[in-house]
This record gives sequence, C-alpha cells and structure tokens, in this order.
Amino acid sequence: MNARLADKIATLTFWVGALIVILILGSMIAYLLYHGGKYISWDFLTKPAQAIRAGGGIGPQIFNSFYLLFLSMLITVPIGVLGGIYLAEYAGNNKLTEAIRLCIETLNSLPSIVVGLFGLLVFVNMTGWGYSLISGALALTVINLPLMVRFTEEAIRGVPASLREASLNLGANHWQTILRVVLPSAFPGLVSGAIITSGRVFGEAAALLFTAGMSSPALDFSQWNIFHPASPLNPFRPAETLAVHIWKVNTEGLIPDLRRVADGSAAVLILVVLGFNMAARWLGSKIHRRMTGT
Amino acid sequence: MRKKMALLTVTVLCLFALAVLAGCGGQGTQQGEGEMSGNITAVGSTAVQPLMEQAANDFMSINPNVRIVVQGGGSGTGLTQVAQGAADIGNSDIFAEEKSGIDAAQLTDHQICVVGMACVANPALSVDNLTRQQVIDIFTGKTTNWQSVGGPDQKIVLVNRPKASGTRATFKKYVLGGAEEAAGIEEDSSGTVRKIVKDTPGAIGYLALAYLDDSVKVINLDGVEPTNEMIISGKYPLWAYMHSYTKGQPSGATEAFLQYMSSDNVQKSIIPEMGYIPETEMKIVRDINGNIKSK
Amino acid sequence: MKNSFVYKYLSLRNSESLGRFLTTMAALIAIVSTITIVVFISLKGLSTFTTNGVSLKEFLFSTNWLPDRPLAEGGPQVGVLAFIIGSLVVSMLAVLVSAPLSIACAVFIVEIAPYWGQRFLQPAIELLAGIPSVVYGYIGLSVLVPFIRDNIGGLGFSVLAGFLVLSVMILPTIVSMLIDSLKSLPRDYKEASLALGSTRWQAIRLVLIPAARSGLVTGIVLGLARAFGEALAVQMVIGNTRVMPTSILDPVITLTSAITMDMGNTPMGSLWNNALWSMGLLLLIMSFIFILIVRYGVRRGGISR
Repeated sequence: MNARLADKIATLTFWVGALIVILILGSMIAYLLYHGGKYISWDFLTKPAQAIRAGGGIGPQIFNSFYLLFLSMLITVPIGVLGGIYLAEYAGNNKLTEAIRLCIETLNSLPSIVVGLFGLLVFVNMTGWGYSLISGALALTVINLPLMVRFTEEAIRGVPASLREASLNLGANHWQTILRVVLPSAFPGLVSGAIITSGRVFGEAAALLFTAGMSSPALDFSQWNIFHPASPLNPFRPAETLAVHIWKVNTEGLIPDLRRVADGSAAVLILVVLGFNMAARWLGSKIHRRMTGT
Repeated sequence: MRKKMALLTVTVLCLFALAVLAGCGGQGTQQGEGEMSGNITAVGSTAVQPLMEQAANDFMSINPNVRIVVQGGGSGTGLTQVAQGAADIGNSDIFAEEKSGIDAAQLTDHQICVVGMACVANPALSVDNLTRQQVIDIFTGKTTNWQSVGGPDQKIVLVNRPKASGTRATFKKYVLGGAEEAAGIEEDSSGTVRKIVKDTPGAIGYLALAYLDDSVKVINLDGVEPTNEMIISGKYPLWAYMHSYTKGQPSGATEAFLQYMSSDNVQKSIIPEMGYIPETEMKIVRDINGNIKSK
Repeated sequence: MKNSFVYKYLSLRNSESLGRFLTTMAALIAIVSTITIVVFISLKGLSTFTTNGVSLKEFLFSTNWLPDRPLAEGGPQVGVLAFIIGSLVVSMLAVLVSAPLSIACAVFIVEIAPYWGQRFLQPAIELLAGIPSVVYGYIGLSVLVPFIRDNIGGLGFSVLAGFLVLSVMILPTIVSMLIDSLKSLPRDYKEASLALGSTRWQAIRLVLIPAARSGLVTGIVLGLARAFGEALAVQMVIGNTRVMPTSILDPVITLTSAITMDMGNTPMGSLWNNALWSMGLLLLIMSFIFILIVRYGVRRGGISR
C-alpha cells in the first residue's frame, strides 16, 4: 500500500467524519423542526402557559429566558471581561495566577447540577430570595463566567503586539493602552464570545430547576415598576425559562396538548440558539470589517 | 470607555444593593382594611403544582392585591421550606410524618384532594386484572414472566418511580404492604413513566389516574377497577391525599387561599377537571396508618 | 476610611492602579466563588459522615442503596458504588466514541478543508454545544431508545443509549480544544514535513497530531468531565436501575440522575438528602481531579496554551 493511497483513504475518512457530525446535527434539527415547527404561531409565542387546560402558549417563558439571560450577562460580562484582561495583561507567572486559572477551570467543568444545588443552598435559601430571577441569574453567572473569561483572554491575546507597543511608545500607560487600543481591537472577539456564551446558557435547565424555579406567575406587562411582584422586570419573582418549561411539560405535564407545547417549545428553542450563533458570526465579522475599514 | 466601565460597575453594584434591600423586605402577609393583600409562596409536590397554579390564578383575579407564587421542587423541598418558614405553604403527596427529617408536630395539615393511582401495563399485553398477591410477586421480583399471571410469554419489565417519590411510597404501602421492590427502571416523572410503559414490551408501572390515557393498559386490582367511585367508597386502596402544610395555623391571605382551595370553586371544577378526586366527595377518611373510617 | 480608599482609586483618571484594582478584583471573584462553592457543597456533603456517622468506606464501596430501610430491618444504608460505576462506564464509553470523531472533525477543519470546515462544520459543532440537554434527552428517548430496542436488543434504556447521547454532547468540548491546539502549531511543522516528501496524511499522523497531543488529552479529559456531570439528558435514556450493568444493553444509573431524581423529594437535613449532597460533593471532587490531571499531568509536556 503506497503512501498516496493511504493519503486518499485518510482524506476520505476525514470527510466522512465531518459528514457524520453534520448529519447528526442536521437530522436532529430537522427532527425538532419537523415535529415542532408546525405548532409555532403568533398565538403560541405570546400566550401564557396553561397548567391543566389546552391552548397554552409560551409567551412568559420566552420573555423569562431573555430577561434572565440579560440579568446574568449584566453581571457576567463586566466581571468576565475584567478577569480576562487580568489574565491576558496583568497576571504574572506566579502562584496567584495559577490559583485563578485553576479556579476558572474548576468552575468551567463544574456539573451544572452542582451549580444548581449550590444556588439552592446559597442564593435561594440563605439570602431568602427564594426561587427568583436573581438567584437564577447568579447561578448562570457561575456557569458563564469561566467561558467569558476564556473568550476575553483569547480575544486580547489575538491583538497584534505591534499595536500595543505603538501605544506604549506614545506614552500611554498600560491601563490606557488596554482601554483605548487593546479592547477596541479585541471587541469583535468579545462580542461573539458573549453571544456564544448566551446561546449556551439559553438552553440551561439543570441549574435553573433549583434556582429560578419552575413556576411562572401571571405577568402584567403594563406594570413597569420593577418592585411590583407582578412586574415582568421584578428580579425577585420566580421565572420559568423555556428550557425548564420543556423539561416540566415533558415530565409532569397534565395538559391535553402536551406534545404540541413540548415540541413547539423545543423548535422555538433551537431556532433561538441557531439565531444566537448566526448573530455572533454576523456581528463579529461586521464589526471586524468596520474597525479594519476605518 | 472607562466611564462606561465605571457606569457598568455602578449599575451592577446598585443592582446588588437593590437585591439585598428587596430581599430584606421579604415575604409576609398583611391584611389591609377590607381588601385582601399579601404574598403567598407555595412550594412542593409537582403533583399538586398545576392544580394550585390554576387555583392561584383564579384566586388572584378575585383578589388582585394578593400575589401567589406556586413552585414545584418536590414534596421534600416543600416540607423543608415550610418548616423553615421559607414558604407559607408546603405541598406534599405524602403525610409529613412519613418523611424522615421533618418535625411534623409544628405543621398543620390541610388535605386538598385525593389522587388515585393505577397499575398500568403495555397495551400489547392481554392481562387486565391482577390480584394483589400477583402484583406483590411481580414488583418484588418473584414473578418475572407474564405467563405466570395469565399473559403471553413475555419478560416483565418493572417501571418504578424513584425511591423518594410519594407515588412510590403510596404504592409500596397500600399495594405491596411494605415489601422491598426489585430493581427496575426508575423515572422521576409520570410523563416519562407513561411513555416507557407505552413503548416497552412487557412493561408494568403505576400512574396517577390523571395521567391515564389510551396509550397504556389499566390493570384492575383484585377485580376492582381503579375509578373515582371505587376510591370514594373505599373499595380500591391505591390512592393518596394531597396535603398542603402550613407552619402552625395559617392566617391572613394564606388562610383565605386555603379556604378557597376547599371551596366549591376549586373542589367542584378544577380538581375533577384535572382528574383528581375532591376531598369533599370522599365518603371515607384514612389516617396515616391506613385505618379507614367512614366520614 | 473606606470611602477615601475608594475615592482615591476612582478619582485617578486613567490610573494604572485603577485598572489593576478592577481586573484583580474580577479575578478574585472567580477564586472567591470557586472557594464558596467548594466550601458549601463540602459542608453539606460531609454531614453524611459527620452528622449521620456513615463510614466513608461503606458510602464508596457498598452497593446497598437503602436510604429508607426501617430501623427494625437494620436501618438505612447508603452505598453509592453502583452510581459511581454507572457514571464512570457511561462517560468513558462516551469519550471512546467521541474522541476519534472529534479528531476527524478538528483535523478536517484545520487541515483538510478549512473553507468547508470553518463555514459549515465549525458552526455546526458550536450549535451542538448550544442545544439544551433536555432536547438531547428527549430525542434520545423518542428515537434512539426505540431504535436500540427494536434493532439491537434489550429494553432500549441502556448504557449504549446513554453513551451515544453523551458522545454527541461532549463532541464540541473536545473539538474546540483540539482546534485551538492544532491552530497554535507553527506552520513550519507541516511545511517541513511536506517538504520532506510526506503526504498530507503522513504529516497529520506523524507530525501534527503528536505535536497537538497535549491539547488532545486536555480536550478528552474535559469531555470526560462534562460527560460525568451531565444530568438531564442521561437520566432520560439510561433507565436508572440501581444494579451493576453486565452488558452495554443493560440499564444503569449515574450519580447525576440519582441526585436529580431524589433531591426534591427528600427533606433537607435527613440522611437521605445528605447522602445526595455527598454524591454532589463526589461529582465536585471528580471534576477537580480531572482538572488536576489536565493541569499537572498533561500540560507539563508538549505545547501548552
């Protein structure tokens, strides 16, 4: 057997491997959209869920998912970006850096069920917040933070050294250089990192079962006082997200149109995650083009 | 950029401060002049959750100043939270005394409704009646083939609820007589159990009557069909009370809501609609030790 | 005193120390939250041994899981060996399936067809990471389990179904580590190899993959960690039977599925509940061990990141 033939066979094998993965993903998405796509309608997307009767929608669940994501990103992004800057720019080769990296990696590989249990213990029980958006957001932050740090560090390390040196030579100090030169050019990486992180969290259920809760009290969308218990923006109300709703309906659902709600929700969820990933790519390349264009 | 960063930091700090403040504000029920107001948190059994959610929505439309949050999480969580005072109502599908680690003495029991359960089997099986002894033999692993109980030559597949589940505890107590079950598939939700029993040849499990449909075969126990009538008159043993526990006696909005739960609005409409049996219709009373008295 | 301290930092415009302060704080938050998690889970998890007096040996090496056995019959016993074995078997088999496929994908993206790879395959793999585990579980339950039952045998709920679902779920973790480490290899490696007359396959097999070895092992260990900790998807397809599996068609139970099934139904503070927390602690310790393997066992050699 000559090397050229082996090369051909190997190339073929790699193509087959790649095709298998695309096929798995493609058939999963097709399965979800085929079974759930036909149920998606404006009514379904906006109406509140029903506990025991048919005809429920997933409006509040969709809102909750996005709002919870927003809350958790509000905490995750600043801390994650700053942490990433620290590791990329300030961290020396010492014990502290070792400890930080060890901690971030531990957080990153923490089973989400453990995060959920921790959230139940600390955010839900000890603080007295109960099952609430804020508890859920903090639990999500624990899951998100290591990813955000990693994406930031990578984006910053990708900035050409020449840019940084030019800024330093012009008399800017390290922090000024980071803020004015390094961060702007790492920005596309930060944006796509944040969006990819969001997509991952959108589907999280195990950590939220025990923190944000499984109930969705009626929301009054005209109530914008964030301390009013019926206000959709109140961070202390319990909130069931879409992923948790799918889990709940699939497992304990008593509604007669269970398959409609479960399959429809799964299709919506997959479309949103798909949208997140595409947005990340599109936004990243657009910002990149604009920044390199000017 | 720096300003933005500072702004962000400040925003986050503010959010935390608000969080702490509001957290201190906490729950609690107050009764105003005339108009009912207050916050009620109900936590616990997922079997009670949809029922109570529906009732809570109706109650809140009558009393717009009352906020009721109904949360699942399981009976253990419900009992723990109500005992700790973290929730106003703890829902359980089992007597608090039956859960180890709960100080049941400080809790007040409010029985909301009755949930009947039935043995279900894969629809392809020809068996539709089992004696109690046969069920015991099947679930303890003595009988392993449907042939020995008059069915086809098919291996029996046990589908259990997890050990901590109230449904399983009820089944073990009133059907198995406390015998330890053989290992089998365990699923923690009624929906999944139904799907498995439907799809797996030779499968047997048990479900709340509310979950029964054409996809599974209902099995009579000692010739008694699992229906509401049989349970109400005490002829069919496999059922459990759904309990709402409060710490001490309830007051204010919580009391009003629990009264609403036992009013005709809930007992005569929502509960039967869900496939549960209203507590008010029961002709018998069963205590924690299984002793039955007529009402 | 405190106020003047904060004021001093905030008032220094563009100050180097402000930057250092903010970023160090952020990094410290990571440390603090990790420590808090470890401490809390440990406190809860250790109470099985301290409060309830269960011996560590019995907990780890017994298969008797009888947390509700009445005192008359010998009292409760919590042995979790069956769960540990279940978790190990399912996650290791998942890695065995996933690793070769991941290598193929990563090499495809970096070396074979960067255009197709980065346009289609990489986004597809990122998307796999975004699909909720509930959905994986549901597809597994609706498609994979009946398929196994009808075409291979057994009940369908099996080790096989569990690790197949997991192997898809951990694919993104392994692939992304591998891509990073393949991309970080100097271009010269490949070019030198090709210049010496080797074919592309020889360059990949003899030069690139060995050079990216540490990334590969890291990816595999992290994938193993993810598989070990996955809960909801696995629980729906493995059947959760508390016995030792003897073939890959037997149902099993894992640590995570035992926790999710019973946690809500057991009152906090009871032996049963404490034992579940101990299992959570065990998961934490396992992921810690995986990390240590990656950090000190793997990265010492080869090209580190």
